Amino acid sequence: MGVIAVLGEHRDGKLRKAVFSAVTAGKILSEKTGKELVGVVCGKDVRKTAEEMAEYGLKKVYYLDHPLLKDYTAEGYSSAIFQLDKSAGIDYFLASATTTGKDLLPRVAVKLDAGMASDICEVVSGNTFKRYMYAGSIIATVKVNTPKIVLSIRGTAFPKAEKSERGEVVDFKVDVEPFKKRYVKMEEAKSERPELPEAEIVVSGGRGLKSAENFKEYIEKLADAIGAAVGASRAAVDAGFCPNDWQVGQTGKIVAPNLYIAIGISGAIQHLAGMKDSKVIVAINKDPEAPIFEVADYGLVADLFKVVPELREKLAKLKAEG
Amino acid sequence: MKVLVSVKRVPDPDVKARLKKDKSGVDTENVKFVINPFDEIAVEEGLRIKEKHGGEVVVASIGGKESTEQLRTALAMGADRAILVLSEQPLDPYNVALVFSKLYEMEKPDLIIMGKQAVDDDSNQAAQMLAEILKLPQATFAYRINFSPDLKKAEVIREVDGGLETVEVELPAVITADLRLNEPRYASLPGIMKAKSKPLKEIPIQELGIELKPRIEITELDEPPKRKGGRKVESVDELIDKLHNEAKVI
Repeated sequence: MGVIAVLGEHRDGKLRKAVFSAVTAGKILSEKTGKELVGVVCGKDVRKTAEEMAEYGLKKVYYLDHPLLKDYTAEGYSSAIFQLDKSAGIDYFLASATTTGKDLLPRVAVKLDAGMASDICEVVSGNTFKRYMYAGSIIATVKVNTPKIVLSIRGTAFPKAEKSERGEVVDFKVDVEPFKKRYVKMEEAKSERPELPEAEIVVSGGRGLKSAENFKEYIEKLADAIGAAVGASRAAVDAGFCPNDWQVGQTGKIVAPNLYIAIGISGAIQHLAGMKDSKVIVAINKDPEAPIFEVADYGLVADLFKVVPELREKLAKLKAEG
Repeated sequence: MKVLVSVKRVPDPDVKARLKKDKSGVDTENVKFVINPFDEIAVEEGLRIKEKHGGEVVVASIGGKESTEQLRTALAMGADRAILVLSEQPLDPYNVALVFSKLYEMEKPDLIIMGKQAVDDDSNQAAQMLAEILKLPQATFAYRINFSPDLKKAEVIREVDGGLETVEVELPAVITADLRLNEPRYASLPGIMKAKSKPLKEIPIQELGIELKPRIEITELDEPPKRKGGRKVESVDELIDKLHNEAKVI
């Protein structure tokens, strides 16, 4: 009987938080199927990363160390994972639906001869899962017909796994086939703010901000005053108000914070797909007909340039008072 | 450079999808169909590559005869030829990848560009699967594509979590288009006229010699529960009061 393997995605050896949602999905699957849950960490000098992952209740964490795995590539990772499958027998391979998970998993699925369901939000049974389609407007139950199954996990749909029993860390020797791709560099959108998918509060700006300067002055300052992450609509990113990485929506980040404050965002279907599972939604927009108000728990029809500074000052004061 | 581009026919993404009464599928009555927006960006990129480096842009779709409409649109934008693989059944991403692997063998392009995902099923799988089937390198979520002077390699800047990543792939390769790769052109009137006489080849899917076994199937469709929104507040003070005392999130 094969195992359920979860990818320990990391950046420079540090596990990404989204991994812990995938671990939870793996645990649910393990309960439903009785199969063993293991972790897989690929990279160069990643024993420590594997040790960290092993603290989250996985029976084993395999680490696959190889110079060709130093920088992430779908080609290198999938080749290494395929070798692990031949020796350990992988029945399920899971990763969170980050850009890495989305890039990698379909390649792994072909290598393992597995069917794949993308961005699942519920494990119904060992071969049946729920997932959104059509920008979140439709929820589909999908059945995977193959003996092996590959799944990408929607982070907001599964709670993060907590530390529990420590599992064994296993050095799995791999021989990675050379591939025709070279990692060149990463330009990071550096930020001291909380990561978008993990934040308790998200402040998002849209086309209504009109300029990059305004975006900074009204959105980023408000976010910093209350310790929030910053998000954006596609229109704001396309107009160059802020980095790509901040886009919330169907094809950007999926978020579900306690509080989502949408400012100057009209509420296109594609944007709503990325934030409508937030606990509380606030919308500030001068157009009373904006569709964002239909999903907002509290809507304020107003000129954002007038009310956002007031909101910032009063929230900062409230926060200072504890 | 010869570029093969995927073109999928999808319902207008700006109209909220609804299910038919019996939940057997999405209600597409009175819904306009368009080229999947990410595929449209892929077509535009193919055209720009051809304009800069010469070559040919071949667009391909899988579906019923109605997909001709989207292929003609791509031809009107400037693509040279179109291929329609006739299939009455919608295919899952793996089978889409299998079909494109056959088209690759027939056409031998230097580059395949596909949209990063289709906005109807939102799977984001077919291009990566195709790359693996063909053992080609992949560069997904492309933001910029540049070629080496000898056109043997492409440097691709990718939109990834945390910023922009640059990779270099040897050609042939599979690239997927993200939102900001370019802004697709509109088909011009002369373009539309010309498109009518451009070659569009139909291939029944049975002739491709692949065994179509769905790896995933949809067993049930539903609409998620609606969010109860719509309440308004009159002032910043009232908003803060509600967030603090009612929702207790601040």
